[in-house]
Amino acid sequence: MNRSNLWKLRVFLSIIFILPITIILADFSGLIPSSIINWITYFQFVPSILKSFTFFSYITTGFIVVIILTALFGRIYCSSICPLGILQDIVNFISRKIAKKRKKKNYRQKYLYIKENKILRWTLVVIPTVLLVFGISLGINLLDPYSLYGRIIGNFIRPVVIGINNITAFTLESFKVYAIFPYDLKVFNLIPFVITLSFFLLVLVMSIIKGRLYCNTICPVGTVLGVISKYSLYKIVIENEECINCGICEKDCKANCIDSEKMKVDLNRCVACFNCISSCPTDGIKFEHSLPKFNNRKDVFDQTKRNFLIASGIYISTLSALLAQAKKKIVATKPSTVPVFRKFAVSPPGSISLDKFNSKCTSCHLCVSSCPTQVLQPSFLEYGFTGMLQPRLDNLAGFCNYDCVICSEVCPTGAILPINAEKKKLTQLGKAKFVKENCIVETEKTDCGACSEHCPTKAVHMIPYQGKLFIPETRDEFCIGCGACEYACPTIPYKAIYVEGNAIHQTAKKNEEKDKPIQKIDYKEEFPF
Amino acid sequence: MKRREFLSKSFKVGAFAGSVFTIPGFYNNNFSSKSYASSNYDLVAIKGGEPDIMFDEAIKQLGGMQNFVKKNQKVVVKPNIGWDVVPELGANTNPKLISRVIEHCFNAGAKEVYVFDNTCDDWRRCYDRSGIESAVKNAKGQIVPGNSESYYQSVSIKNGKKLTNAKVHELVLDCDVFINIPVLKHHSSTQLSIAMKNLMGIVWDRRYWHRNDLHQCIADFSAFGNKPTLNIIDAYNVMKKNGPRGVSKADVVVMKSQIISKDIVAADAASAKLFGMEPENIGYIKLANQLGAGKMDLNSLQIKRIIL
Repeated sequence: MNRSNLWKLRVFLSIIFILPITIILADFSGLIPSSIINWITYFQFVPSILKSFTFFSYITTGFIVVIILTALFGRIYCSSICPLGILQDIVNFISRKIAKKRKKKNYRQKYLYIKENKILRWTLVVIPTVLLVFGISLGINLLDPYSLYGRIIGNFIRPVVIGINNITAFTLESFKVYAIFPYDLKVFNLIPFVITLSFFLLVLVMSIIKGRLYCNTICPVGTVLGVISKYSLYKIVIENEECINCGICEKDCKANCIDSEKMKVDLNRCVACFNCISSCPTDGIKFEHSLPKFNNRKDVFDQTKRNFLIASGIYISTLSALLAQAKKKIVATKPSTVPVFRKFAVSPPGSISLDKFNSKCTSCHLCVSSCPTQVLQPSFLEYGFTGMLQPRLDNLAGFCNYDCVICSEVCPTGAILPINAEKKKLTQLGKAKFVKENCIVETEKTDCGACSEHCPTKAVHMIPYQGKLFIPETRDEFCIGCGACEYACPTIPYKAIYVEGNAIHQTAKKNEEKDKPIQKIDYKEEFPF
Repeated sequence: MKRREFLSKSFKVGAFAGSVFTIPGFYNNNFSSKSYASSNYDLVAIKGGEPDIMFDEAIKQLGGMQNFVKKNQKVVVKPNIGWDVVPELGANTNPKLISRVIEHCFNAGAKEVYVFDNTCDDWRRCYDRSGIESAVKNAKGQIVPGNSESYYQSVSIKNGKKLTNAKVHELVLDCDVFINIPVLKHHSSTQLSIAMKNLMGIVWDRRYWHRNDLHQCIADFSAFGNKPTLNIIDAYNVMKKNGPRGVSKADVVVMKSQIISKDIVAADAASAKLFGMEPENIGYIKLANQLGAGKMDLNSLQIKRIIL
């Protein structure tokens, strides 16, 4: 193969992978069916591993394919599959173009070999993993590159796409064309936004200054795949005979892993971008097949590392116990009269329990983008500190549409497991709680019933009250916790009905009233007026 | 914001000149009263047929659609598309009826026919599952979203007792003919949802109505808001309980009926009777009658009754 063809192939593959992932994460119109979405997220390493813990099927084998690919060709995942990696390349490409314009003359980005920061890298693998063992996904949730990319798109690109869409819709609307509809973003979650922004800035700055430094210092997936790529079948090798020691490859290496003086490539950190091969003036650097060598294996798992693992495990478990205490209290009703606090947030249908959900979700927010009613919103402390950023049902933004199971279909990590619509309609995510003191019927003595109106199971129904009035009554056994009642409730500032989450989802009873109003209709009978 | 200001300003400018056409009631009452002469009926009630067949027959009794729709007019058809359920559950207006009404509008010379609702469930799913989106498209009408606040323009409701202001969908403000096609069904808040209640689907902030005496707000809007040119009540599949969304087919009785009237109060009163309730027991019907939005007393009306 021609030398520069490898580089072209890499760029081509990157585009093939980043485009569909960006589209599904930025989409607000349900453009892509979830069966296709599953294949688009198939290769994403962390989600795929997490999903395979819960159930193993062909759709969860993506991480195995990634491991095999890495064992064969090195960190192909990092160069062409990981959207965050590709994003850094794009940022870099643009920043280099700008720098080139400014300096005008033959400008060449200068990367230099950087020594690996092993301790930091492995700390950032160990902490999230141990946390995960203790059922806390916060670490992996913040660091998983795919999920971080999901949040970046959700917070920064999706609003822009929606903005463009809305401007187009408004323009067409003035010509009375309604083919494109505007989309109102219902809520803005400040803290999840700020957290994502700070990570985004970190990635931006690191990539502009040092190329793929993020991937080789912070990203736990990069660290883990690095171990495999070190022994990959095909790898970047410097050919002693051909190399003229010009050092161009080092300056072009965005992974900062080529030490041209010592003529060594740190394959652990090589992201298989093939920049070095295209820039080499001779044939001094190649992507070649070689037999794997295992003689260095010992220093990867030495005793100190093992001790460190154990120590950090103990430390983290203590910390997590402390963090779990720090939980935001959600004010649901007027605190001045009857302070009522929601004990549990409501997790999406298919997530089985808060614990299962909190331990599997990496907060990629694909479900948030896919949710047609916008009820799924990133949380801050509603699940507790450790569940930060994970989506919850926010009934101020919307309610869970009775027949909809899209979130369970698209979830790449198995935090929301596939659930069919029939089962979902009987899955109780929480229970509606009525706060009479806030209810219009009680305070204003006028009819309202918006809650019961929206209730799909009539778990909230209206019963006779004073005079001709009707007041809501909740029936736990039929309630599925969809939050339609809470969303529809018109009282301000506090709702008169709210959903208290179930820590473990339960099964609701089917509301089958068998006393069918059998009215024998005689179509020949006269009208009653 | 700027856009909204622009729209409202241009609306105000155009409002005077276009008021003849933008206020459907005004147009019909003042300029086209002659055309009603061909029909003496205030209300037509029909039963025993399919929704489309019944409409063919009933509209004939009112002198045909050309009595209501003139050449090159803009028509808005407002069905109930509130819920993400199939037509058999009777929560939404029958799609067959909607198709046929649109066809009649075009036959009468309508330039455009728009259909929308401010739905309760996710609007895309409602439009789809109700069968109404495809029914409208088949009849060559335009299905329009009602999901965004930007479509709704503020309108003052003069003389409203509780409701003094409402944000109404721009298409309704801008059309020549406004046809209201609700479905008759049980309603947990107001006991019955018929023509007047269906008008809540052309406004944005319904929570305000719920907070401020729902019955009075419905009556205020029916009396002083955007009056439909024609009310066609679909009483084919009638949800007798668990309304307005319904839980199962056990809630539905197939009544195969339809009621048509220009008078929204009369239409609701007749429908209430058909349902098995007395109009004076439904808060908003009584209040609307008092406000002069129409006549609740069916005995004072010319009614054509048809049994197929």
